[in-house]
Parts: sequence; C-alpha cells; structure tokens
Amino acid sequence: MEILGATTSDAIRLLLSGNTELWSIIGISFSTTLKAMIIATPPAFLLGYLLSAGRFPGRWALISLFNSLLSVPTVVIGLLLYILLSRSGPLGDLKLLFTETAMVLGQIVLAFPVLVAMSLASFKAADRSLWETARTLGASPWRAFATLIYELRYGLAAACIAAYGRIISEVGCSMMIGGNILHHTRNIPTAIALETSRGEFSQGIALGLVLLLLALALNICITYLHRRSEALS
Amino acid sequence: MTTALRTFLSLLLCLPLGVASPLLQADTLRLATTTSTANSGLLEAILPEFQRLTGTEVQVIAVGTGAALRMGRDGDVDVLLVHAPNAEQTFVDLGYGQQRTGVMYNDFVLVGPTSDPAQIRAQPDATSALRQIAERGALFISRGDDSGTHKKEKQLWQLASTAPAGNGYREAGQGMGKVLQISSEMGAYTLTDRGTWLAYANKVDLELLLQGDPRLFNPYSVIQINPQRFPDLNHQAAAAFRQWLVSKPTQQRIADFRINNQPLFVPSATSAAGSLSDLTDRSERKTDLRQFSNSFEANSGSIKRKIEREMAKVGLLVVDQRQVRQAANHFKSPE
Repeated sequence: MEILGATTSDAIRLLLSGNTELWSIIGISFSTTLKAMIIATPPAFLLGYLLSAGRFPGRWALISLFNSLLSVPTVVIGLLLYILLSRSGPLGDLKLLFTETAMVLGQIVLAFPVLVAMSLASFKAADRSLWETARTLGASPWRAFATLIYELRYGLAAACIAAYGRIISEVGCSMMIGGNILHHTRNIPTAIALETSRGEFSQGIALGLVLLLLALALNICITYLHRRSEALS
Repeated sequence: MTTALRTFLSLLLCLPLGVASPLLQADTLRLATTTSTANSGLLEAILPEFQRLTGTEVQVIAVGTGAALRMGRDGDVDVLLVHAPNAEQTFVDLGYGQQRTGVMYNDFVLVGPTSDPAQIRAQPDATSALRQIAERGALFISRGDDSGTHKKEKQLWQLASTAPAGNGYREAGQGMGKVLQISSEMGAYTLTDRGTWLAYANKVDLELLLQGDPRLFNPYSVIQINPQRFPDLNHQAAAAFRQWLVSKPTQQRIADFRINNQPLFVPSATSAAGSLSDLTDRSERKTDLRQFSNSFEANSGSIKRKIEREMAKVGLLVVDQRQVRQAANHFKSPE
C-alpha cells in the first residue's frame, strides 16, 4: 500500500506540473476519440432510424449484425484494420498504418455499432406519431428527422456517451494500428500499458486518474440524462 | 486487387476522414525497433540529436525483432534496428532489406531469484545452466514473442539439447521489461539482454546469475528496406539515419549512454570492423566473451589491454586504435 500511496502522489504532482509528454498523450486520446465520434455519429443515427422505421429485406439481419458487433473484441478490429491498412494490404497505398488517422478509423469502427444499436432502441421507443405529426405539419423528411433527434436527445446522448466510453478506454486496437508512437499515436490506454511494462507506475497512475475522472463524469451525465428523460415521459 | 479499385477505395476512405495527403506530412522516419533499445532509454537519449541535425522526426515503434522484421517486409516502416543475426541475414538474402550495418552490441545474461534454486551460478556456461533449470523443473519465463531474445533463447535450448517443456517453462508473449517483472514476481529465471537488465536491475527482485558465454553475444544492426519493393518509403531519411547511427559522434553517444554508471551498449561500427556478419562469425568462433562480460563490471586499469587483446584476437578494430581506447574507457567506471 505504501507504493500505491507514493506513486499516486507522484502521479498527481506529474499531472499538475504540466508535463508536456503526459499532456500530449492526453491530447491525442481526446482528439482521436472526438474526431471518431463526430464522424461516426450522424451516419450511425441515420442508420439507427432507418432500421427502426424502415421495412426492408435484410433489416433483421442488419440489426443482429450490429448487436453482435457490440461485443467484438477490440483486438480483432485492430487485427483486421492492420491487415487492411498494411502497405502490403488492400489499402496500403493510403499509408495510414501507424498514424492518428488509422486510430480514428479504428475507433469509428468500434463506436459505430454502439451508436447504431443504442439509437435504434431510442428510436423504437419513440412515439411513431411524433414523426407523423411533424410531417403533417409540413416538415420535410430531414426537418422531421431533426425534430425527432431533438425530442430523443437524452437517449441519443446516452448512446454517444456509451460509445465514447468504449473508445476512450480501449487499448488493443490503438496499440496494434497506432503503434504507440510518442506524440503521434500514444494515447492514454497504450501509454498506461507501456509505462507499466517499464515499471514507471506513477505516469500510468496519472493517466489512469484522468480516465477515471472521465468515466465518473460520463456516468454522472448518463444518470442525469436518464433522470431527465424519465421526467419527460 | 486492381490499381483502379485500390485508388477508388483509397479515395472513398479519405473523403469522410478529410485526411491530409501523406505527401504533405512533415519529414518523418518510421523506425521499427526492439523493446530492448526503446525500454532501456537509449533511443530517447540519442534520437533528439538526429532530429536536430536533419529535421527528420523519428517515430519509434517498439516491438520484438520478429514483428519488426515483418513490418519491414510489409513496407510498414522505413528502417529497422534489430538484433537477431540469423533472421536478419535471411531478411537481407530474401531481398527484403539491404545495407545491413552493425551498430552496437552487448550480451545476453541469465538472471533469476537470489536464492538460485537450480544453482546455475556455478555452471560453466549457458547451456549447462539451462539444462540445470530444466532438470530441476525451476520456473523459467520465456519471451515467447519471436523477438531477438526469444530466438536466442530457443537456439540455446537447442544447443543444450533439452526441450524447454514442463510446468516450469512459461511463455509470456511480452516485451523484455515486462518479462523481467514477471520473473521477479514469480521468482523465475529468464534470459535478458544486458541493456534492459541494467535498466531494470533496481526495479526487480532478481540477480544476474550467469554471463560471459560467447554464445550470449548480442549484436544490433540497422537495416534499410529494399527500395525496389517499396519505392515510396522514406529511403533518403533511412539512409541518413543509418549513416548517422554509425557516425563517430553517435557511436560515442551510444558508448556514453549509461544507467547507474554502467554502459549498456558497446558501439561496434567502424570501417575496420567490417560488416556485422563477419563480426558475428568471428566473435562466435574466437572471442572469449566471458572476459568481455567481466570487464563490464570490473574496475581496473588492465581492462584496456585486455580488451585490446580480445579485439585483436578476433581481428576487430585493430586498425582503429582510437576506437579501442574509447571502448576501454567505457568499461572503466569513473573513479
């Protein structure tokens, strides 16, 4: 326990001292995950809506596909993307392996099924008359969709938070296709893995604290949103 | 896959991501290297100088030698710094790489718990020590990741004509630092390069138990990727990096890199040393590495003469006396 105490106080000092390496790692984590969320969310919500409202062949197959993608291990996604993006792979010309873009790509692939599955649940729970009312009042389909999104904002925000929680904390995919390059693709989880193997626990704990605080904040948000949506209905 | 389809897929991917063309990126060099050079802190100590001199940023990907060679074969990195002479030779022979140049060396050592349950401390060489570990069923942690160290370990088991089997033999599948930690936690033996060992010696509960077997020689070399296979890698920077690594100032920096006042690597690139493959062959034939190893830790004035003698014996560095003096200075701990 003595070690834990000492390294934790070291870690807090490290965080407060503005260590550039540490903050670059934190910055990379946030920039990749935010980019991934911004790119993945709109098409995922649209797909979630189509799956909930549309009636077309293969709909159930798609729904079960996204539900099973929820539990695909991140390392499997990492391996697939590695093979695709390697210079000897089909997308080798892009030279994306071991870049931040590759990490964003991996996180999009990880976040997408979560966003689709959870938004699908939200859209399903929504009153069908909402859409119809908007349409009869003269809203274009896009406008009606926007209204729907607004009405379901709490449930959809919870979907975003869950997806974000998955990608900010995953280590397998980032390590494999990012390569853990300092100042480029070293994010919080891969840095923790590395620092632990180097026996530098305080930096690992410092980064772990950032993740813990984030997880706490996200969970408070989820609970808050949950209560708001309950209050609404 | 046809080029048209590839280009189409590329465009398709680039569009939503708004990727800046890779051609516009600042000059970077991607180096795949072993955990021993990265975890020991050597690269952190010397690479900033390369960036200062050339403006090229080196991106380090630290994996086992097996994985690094694979990345080189697939064209995913620009240059390699690895340590597995036989695998490297095959890599070059198959046309994947070229300009393989020796950079530095150190040696492997066997470490284990202080209590030394298999009593390998008294063994004359590495193979008999391994045999002893196997016979006593003592715990042994293997890298198990096809790294340079793992390749060396497998070679030693083979030389010991003992199968590394049984309950005591565990494959970790992790980097050197992690394996040292596992060994320490479990009270097990392991084979490690001296660089990582020195970097971790204070952090783990293990002791150096056997060293100096000539078969434990551990040379590192830099290899460029064959430009004919992947014309658009950063070959220019890779060539500059190779030359910089073997240049006198960098070699000096490698020699100067110490942990707890102990040198981790001995620079080996001089014109007189010839190619690395000679170096390995000669040293494996003739050098008594035990003397070299002992000199790492000894602290006497005779070291310089001893090293000179050893190096002369294998025909190394005889032309470049300055290099010999430099090497000798590094074996001596400062008074």
